[in-house]
Amino acid sequence: MTIATITVNGLELTVDSELTILQASMKKGIYIPHLCHHNELEPVGACRLCLVEVDGNWKTLACKTKVYDGMQVKTETDEINAIRKVALELLIADHDTDCLACAQNTNCALQRVADHIGVDTARLARMKPREKVLPVDTSNPFFDFNPNRCVLCGICVRTCDEIVNVNAIDFAYRGLGTKVAGFGDKPRLESNCVSCGECLVRCPVGALTEKNYQRPVSYVKTVCSYCGCGCGLMLGVRNNRIVTAKGEPGNKASDGKLCVKGRFGFKYVNSPERLRHPLIKRESGFVAVSWDEALDYVAEKLADSKGESFAAIASAKCTNEDNYVLQKFTRSVMQTNNIDHCARL
Amino acid sequence: MTNSIAEIGGAKTILAVGTNTTAAHPIIALQMKNAVRNGAKLVVINPKEVDLCQHAHLFLQNRPGTDIPLLMAMARVIIEEGLYDAAFVEQRCEGYAEFEQSLYDFSLTEVAELSGVAEEKIVAAARLYAKNTPSSILYCMGITQHVHGTRNVLAIANLAMLTGNIGKPSSGVNPLRGQNNVQGACDMGSLPDVFPGYQKVADMTARLKFEQAWNVSLNPVPGLTHTEIFDGLYSGRIRSLYLIGENPVLSEANASHAIEAMKRCEFMVVQDIFLSETAELADVVLPAASFAEKDGTFTNTERRVQRVRKAISSEEEIKPDWWITAELARRLGGKGFDYTVPAEIFEEMAPLVPSYSGISYKRLDQGGIQWPCPDEKHGGTLFLHKDRFATASGRGRFTALNSPETAEKVDDEFPLVLTTDRSLFHFHGTMTRRVFGLNVLSKAEKLIMHPDDAALYHIEDGEKVRVVSRRAAVEVEVRISADCKPGIVSMSFHFSETPTNMLTCGEVDPIAKTPTTKVCAVRIEKIKSVEVH
Repeated sequence: MTIATITVNGLELTVDSELTILQASMKKGIYIPHLCHHNELEPVGACRLCLVEVDGNWKTLACKTKVYDGMQVKTETDEINAIRKVALELLIADHDTDCLACAQNTNCALQRVADHIGVDTARLARMKPREKVLPVDTSNPFFDFNPNRCVLCGICVRTCDEIVNVNAIDFAYRGLGTKVAGFGDKPRLESNCVSCGECLVRCPVGALTEKNYQRPVSYVKTVCSYCGCGCGLMLGVRNNRIVTAKGEPGNKASDGKLCVKGRFGFKYVNSPERLRHPLIKRESGFVAVSWDEALDYVAEKLADSKGESFAAIASAKCTNEDNYVLQKFTRSVMQTNNIDHCARL
Repeated sequence: MTNSIAEIGGAKTILAVGTNTTAAHPIIALQMKNAVRNGAKLVVINPKEVDLCQHAHLFLQNRPGTDIPLLMAMARVIIEEGLYDAAFVEQRCEGYAEFEQSLYDFSLTEVAELSGVAEEKIVAAARLYAKNTPSSILYCMGITQHVHGTRNVLAIANLAMLTGNIGKPSSGVNPLRGQNNVQGACDMGSLPDVFPGYQKVADMTARLKFEQAWNVSLNPVPGLTHTEIFDGLYSGRIRSLYLIGENPVLSEANASHAIEAMKRCEFMVVQDIFLSETAELADVVLPAASFAEKDGTFTNTERRVQRVRKAISSEEEIKPDWWITAELARRLGGKGFDYTVPAEIFEEMAPLVPSYSGISYKRLDQGGIQWPCPDEKHGGTLFLHKDRFATASGRGRFTALNSPETAEKVDDEFPLVLTTDRSLFHFHGTMTRRVFGLNVLSKAEKLIMHPDDAALYHIEDGEKVRVVSRRAAVEVEVRISADCKPGIVSMSFHFSETPTNMLTCGEVDPIAKTPTTKVCAVRIEKIKSVEVH
């Protein structure tokens, strides 16, 4: 890492010279308004909000400009504030501002920007109101796309390209009517979208939101239960139910990413079809019994077939601890090595 | 995997054989696509034009079951063009002469004819793999689920050793393991011939070690494998079965045999989270906790041991699997099953398993650790075989191979080859079929059939047909697509309404005992009557 010393708003900072002005400033806790920047994506400079003054004589986008030694940065001047204010007003004028009904409320980058720059309702009122409300795309079973809340930052488009390499979406109808859409602007479900939800977790506003979203009260770090990738999974929990999931940032196997099964497939845990009681099959069918009755019954039956007439099938879905105990049981109690699982399937 | 997931991004050539990675291992596929984005070359070998082919520089669409000839022909090209790593072969390997001799049975022209892959493509793939290094091979069940699955893997190992693409970063022989903890279940000794840590039950030293640790005397005779257990149930040799978290009714090849075997079982206990199709056959069903309701560890395909943490409490009458098994053990007089939390189980296991000895729950709180991790100071192992191979001599052993026979042959009665595949939106079915949204994204089974075959059998897109194999028949809708070549059809196996594995062949690999699900001779019968005008 090579070091650069820069001055931001009069404060001297020592930073990695590979960083942009925006990254370096944010890392040191200096906020520069922005919407279209995402650390995992190539910068595009679409929102124009991160405009800064460099060395007292030129203006540039903080997200696209790398720092250099001796750089003098001002994140606010009268001129920059005026430009930002107009850029923000144009965004809000075209935005569904029913924030209380939005899943991203209090977590929204546009709210953060508006909070920083300030909103003058009298000025906003002079602007032409939105002409029409665009239909919300609810076709995907896991998430909705509400173009009325979209700020056209392109983070979803770049995520689908740069991270997922699927390119299901892009900007359509470029001009006043620009909108993020799949091929032919057909419902998202009919596009080649793989429903991984990587766009959803990066959307800085409420345009892409999880269906029936409930904000969890806490997250628990664990590992996905589907394939062998072993992706780090953060289960969002509320009232003893899993309400959402996200990738574990920095996990060495998955680097914070998830697929459709990992992100949305946990819902089987809350399924009403879960087994809830031990069952013993009688003539009339399965009957719910107590654990003691079930375990005593199984133990009595298995006592007769210790040795080679017993076999256990273990589960590759279960933990190492579950498997260790089962093989120990099979070998030390049932006195046989007849234990295997689906590894050879 | 010999190497790590994150290393895939650093490979210059990726050879993906028998893996539909974007569907079955989507997050590993992200690494592959990322590598391609950064300039790596991707070679796909698959009987089906899988999604990954969109990103491939070379696609070798071979006939199912022709991987050995293809890989051997590549090896021959590499040797004949002098592209092999002579120093690596000399210093690190053994058995080369016999291997080289066996290559002369594979002429390029004959292999091209047999596999259906053009000679130029075989040559181009061989050159890329050998020259544009480091090269990494990723494979999955398209390689293993054959009667010659073990030899398929050996053919891959030959290729990696020949070019020195093993024991180095971003190279290696990388099986993408299916289940979340199939690696861990193997590591823990849920296998008939080994104790935890692959220590042989037949080996007296290993047995003594576990006899002392568990304070019992142990049976020295290796047990039966998965397929043999079902044969044992069928023949009456096995009378009672304790089955946890598996659904052979859907997942076992030649499933009707497995179902009949379980019906013949005198006493069957199934422990699961749902009343699966298999649980319905049981005498006793025990309700187990899901992964979100218990603590523990999983070991992923790159040998990374990671902590599973309890996120929610299960309903009162639902118990973790380890608790249920330990309760049974105690009731049957077992000693040493008084665990109160999973951490105690891990603490008992780790000292007995050399590759896990340095791992503890405390260390795992800082992040996952890749085994081998022999002591507390060891940081884990990114890739295997750096200085020596895990053989007695420490050398990698080449294997001479010949062209294998397939278990299933097409004939006039069963003229098509059915090969199985997976959907991105389902896993096996027990879990994903109970997630509403996933069933919106993928509702039902589709038989993939080439337009030429559809024309031959007068079948329309979306038409329901009967797929008949030598064992069973299943009714399914057809999707006409050029993803499969003429003569090849494909189905997944996630849907209990259309149980694909009733059709598949139960013949097993003689060494691994893996059944062949990837080659199954079928015919297609029309259900819709032909209109008479």
